[in-house]
Amino acid sequence: MTDTRDICTSPSTPRRRFLIGSALTGAAPLIARSEPVAAAEPADTSDLRKPTSVDIHVNGRPFHLELDTRLTLLDALREEIGLTGAKKGCDHGQCGACTVLIDGRRELSCLTLAVSAQGRDVVTIEGLDGGGGDLHPMKQAFIDHDAFQCGYCTPGQILSAVSCVREGHAGSPEEIREYMSGNICRCAAYPNIVAAISQASEQMGE
Amino acid sequence: MQPFHYSRPVSLAETIVSGTQKHSRNAEATATFLAGGTTLIDLMKLDVMRPSHVVDLNSSAREFSAIRFDGSTLRLGAFAKMATVADHPDVISHFPVIAQSLSLAASAQLRNMATLGGNLLQRTRCAYFRDPSWAACNKRSPGSGCAAIGGVNRQHAVLGTSKHCIATYHGDFAQALMALDAAIMLIGPDGARSMPFASLHLQPGNTPHLETSLRPGEIITEILVPDGPWTRRSRYVKVRDRQSYEFAVASVAVALALEGSMVTDVRIALGGLATTPWRAVDAEDLLRGRRLNEASATEAARTAFAGAVAQAHNAFKISVGQSAIVRALLETAAMEAHRG
Ligand SMILES: Cc1cc2nc3c(=O)[nH]c(=O)nc-3n(C[C@H](O)[C@H](O)[C@H](O)COP(=O)(O)OP(=O)(O)OC[C@H]3O[C@@H](n4cnc5c(N)ncnc54)[C@H](O)[C@@H]3O)c2cc1C
Ligand code: SF4
Ligand code: FES
Ligand code: FES
Repeated sequence: MTDTRDICTSPSTPRRRFLIGSALTGAAPLIARSEPVAAAEPADTSDLRKPTSVDIHVNGRPFHLELDTRLTLLDALREEIGLTGAKKGCDHGQCGACTVLIDGRRELSCLTLAVSAQGRDVVTIEGLDGGGGDLHPMKQAFIDHDAFQCGYCTPGQILSAVSCVREGHAGSPEEIREYMSGNICRCAAYPNIVAAISQASEQMGE
Repeated sequence: MQPFHYSRPVSLAETIVSGTQKHSRNAEATATFLAGGTTLIDLMKLDVMRPSHVVDLNSSAREFSAIRFDGSTLRLGAFAKMATVADHPDVISHFPVIAQSLSLAASAQLRNMATLGGNLLQRTRCAYFRDPSWAACNKRSPGSGCAAIGGVNRQHAVLGTSKHCIATYHGDFAQALMALDAAIMLIGPDGARSMPFASLHLQPGNTPHLETSLRPGEIITEILVPDGPWTRRSRYVKVRDRQSYEFAVASVAVALALEGSMVTDVRIALGGLATTPWRAVDAEDLLRGRRLNEASATEAARTAFAGAVAQAHNAFKISVGQSAIVRALLETAAMEAHRG
């Protein structure tokens, strides 16, 4: 992620550059890297209708996409890449159905702009299993414990659960409940979800 | 969501230039910074925030994500993730109220995304503010009135309100910073400066749309928390409608220095109850030099709400807030406070 992806900025005046220059000198101890400002010299004319290019790794595969800046990662996964495992529940960070792993951490794809996922590694429920054909232990545990009814929240629950174990927050049923509270299940399969995570947490050996 | 220009500068210098640029066709519209996006993207989807230019800080500001404690000051990078800080051993052992305020906020996913700086600048959850189909909201459109006054206002503030806005400041972390007298470091077009955290947020008064004292284009880079005899004996109590993944109905950050049961110093900050992060100074004054017990804690709790103004549906917050203060004080007093 080293390129400056400037779609629009207006020319900066010499006076502003001077101010920035002095601002940075004044702040020198705070700043590790202080290149000259000249880099930001973009055109004013860019067209908002023009798509932006984004490169994302999803489940180990590189994707090059041309997207509207407004698109969320969730919509990019579902509508552009065709991976419909991540679900749209609330679209506002309130339910966890859209949970994916980004650079190994559980995050909400509905509150992530696809353009800001540039260069990042995304894992969805489709990519959780390793090679070899075996189900990930968390998926198997959800089946063993019947940890779903309608299944709508399940991809988010499973990815969140994998992270919960990796973060070291699956030590007890109470801890699992607290650290899984970001995943709402309208079918209230909670007791079975907690049991599944307890089982998988031992098998994952992490 | 309104269309916007997106840029992701790699250097801080460039970021500051982008951050102060006015978009040519709309003199009002300066750039808006993107950190974790959990407030900004949410409110852009609702058309409450309509930036014409989003400047993503995630490449240029990454250097401001360190967490360091040198024995006298805790320095928290404003771009550290809430989850990282909540789980940091120095924060947990030396500044428990900070760790608790963060781990009791939002959800694990949100805490992995959200930054400390963004957390401090989160916007109110007032339902009328969040829904532009309500015309009257002085915060969203100055001068339009306030739909919450006389509307449904169970979640609204009882402290620091004005007749123009009663919106609650919902953040948890801010209360820990209030209690511990934190300072913030800023950088912007006019250089770097610092300010007490307590001066960041502005009460609504008759300008509820002005929420902070940040200057245009300024970025919060670091949060500095001084160590003190009260920092280890500190605690965050959060009362909610459900047990987890919910904003506070009332919350209390307490930091205590005790000699026996005598209060040598105490700091109390209140969340979910006020329009800004809120320090209960009068309650603290009442307790200093006195024994801490249920009676003195109750008296302090009453004092904290002396100036409270309730609306039709939120009077219950005063008694919930008072109970939360008593509980927080007594639980904090009962803590094993480790030295050093
Ligand atoms: C469902 C839900 C539940 C939540 N529950 C809680 C809760 O219980 N307790 C709680 O405290 N919070 C809660 N939150 C709020 C959440 O913690 C905040 O949205 C989050 O901390 C914001 O941080 P961010 O990095 O995502 O900010 P962003 O959304 O990226 O930014 C927020 C604002 O701050 C500005 N900004 C960000 N960083 C800087 C900076 N360094 N300098 C200057 N300006 C900056 C941005 O321009 C923007 O205007 C909840 C949110 C959701 C969606
Ligand atoms: S309380 Fe404030 S934010 Fe809510 S409607 Fe009134 S003016 Fe708007
Ligand atoms: S769809 Fe993302 S949290 Fe609900
Ligand atoms: S299984 Fe139906 S929502 Fe969880």
